[in-house]
Amino acid sequence: MTAKISYSDVEVGTELPAQTFPVTRATLVRYAGASGDFNPIHWNEKFAREVGLPDVIAHGMFTMAEAIRVVTDWAGDPGAVVEYGVRFTKPVVVPNDEQGAVIEVGGKVAAKLDDNTVRVDLTVTSAGQKVLGMSRAVVRLA
Amino acid sequence: MALDQSFVGRTYPPTEPYEVGREKIREFAEAVGDTNPAYTDAEAAKALGHPDVIAPPTFVFSITFKAAGQVVHDPQLGLDYSRVVHGDQKFAYRRPVRAGDRLTVTSTIEAIKSLAGNDILDIRGEVHDEAGEHVVTAWTKLVARAAEEA
Repeated sequence: MTAKISYSDVEVGTELPAQTFPVTRATLVRYAGASGDFNPIHWNEKFAREVGLPDVIAHGMFTMAEAIRVVTDWAGDPGAVVEYGVRFTKPVVVPNDEQGAVIEVGGKVAAKLDDNTVRVDLTVTSAGQKVLGMSRAVVRLA
Repeated sequence: MALDQSFVGRTYPPTEPYEVGREKIREFAEAVGDTNPAYTDAEAAKALGHPDVIAPPTFVFSITFKAAGQVVHDPQLGLDYSRVVHGDQKFAYRRPVRAGDRLTVTSTIEAIKSLAGNDILDIRGEVHDEAGEHVVTAWTKLVARAAEEA
């Protein structure tokens, strides 16, 4: 496990490079297949509306998978992630067009912990709305 | 109707082993658009100190959530799964999941709460490898929304 960022090089407030992740209907179909989550709210507009959603929504776990990439891309080694948790606060609505939706993720070091680990707090939004809350990861640095 | 509190602390039998395959990891990494070579290139993973390709951090959810099905679909518990949404998710990793792992999951009901007619269920999944070593713990909070008044 060898992160490429050194513990001594970061401080509380250090910002991680922000990223944006596009998500279209095709992305959701592919994620459904890879994850085994075939809930029709993620691919069937008629079904989604029948259960009271505005449209098809992204899998919460898809959004969670994208958000941690800001940490794993920064750390270099995805195996350096020690803890990762989120609250699903709002769904990412994915319209049936070429653009789909965009998930915007930023992160910063919120605390330096023991054993060369730091806590990174993530901000995860789509269309200006926070879609994940309490989104935090603990990662072990070099 | 609120769920029976006596289910708190109940542990279900470990699942049959799930064998993690390289191609399944690749498929998952491609589905989330993640090109980190540690997911697809064994040499790149070894350069980071791993014995084989590793899985993205959230990959293991597919395995723990399937295991949580024992709880969710326990007829004695009586959760209305058609009204369930995913509230929170957390993982604590001892080491990353990697190709070749044969993983079993032991699910425990950690808490049951009732809030404004919603049933809130906290399930902990302990994931172990074939040698019996702990790999990751997954905490899943499910919320069964209250049924509308007829």
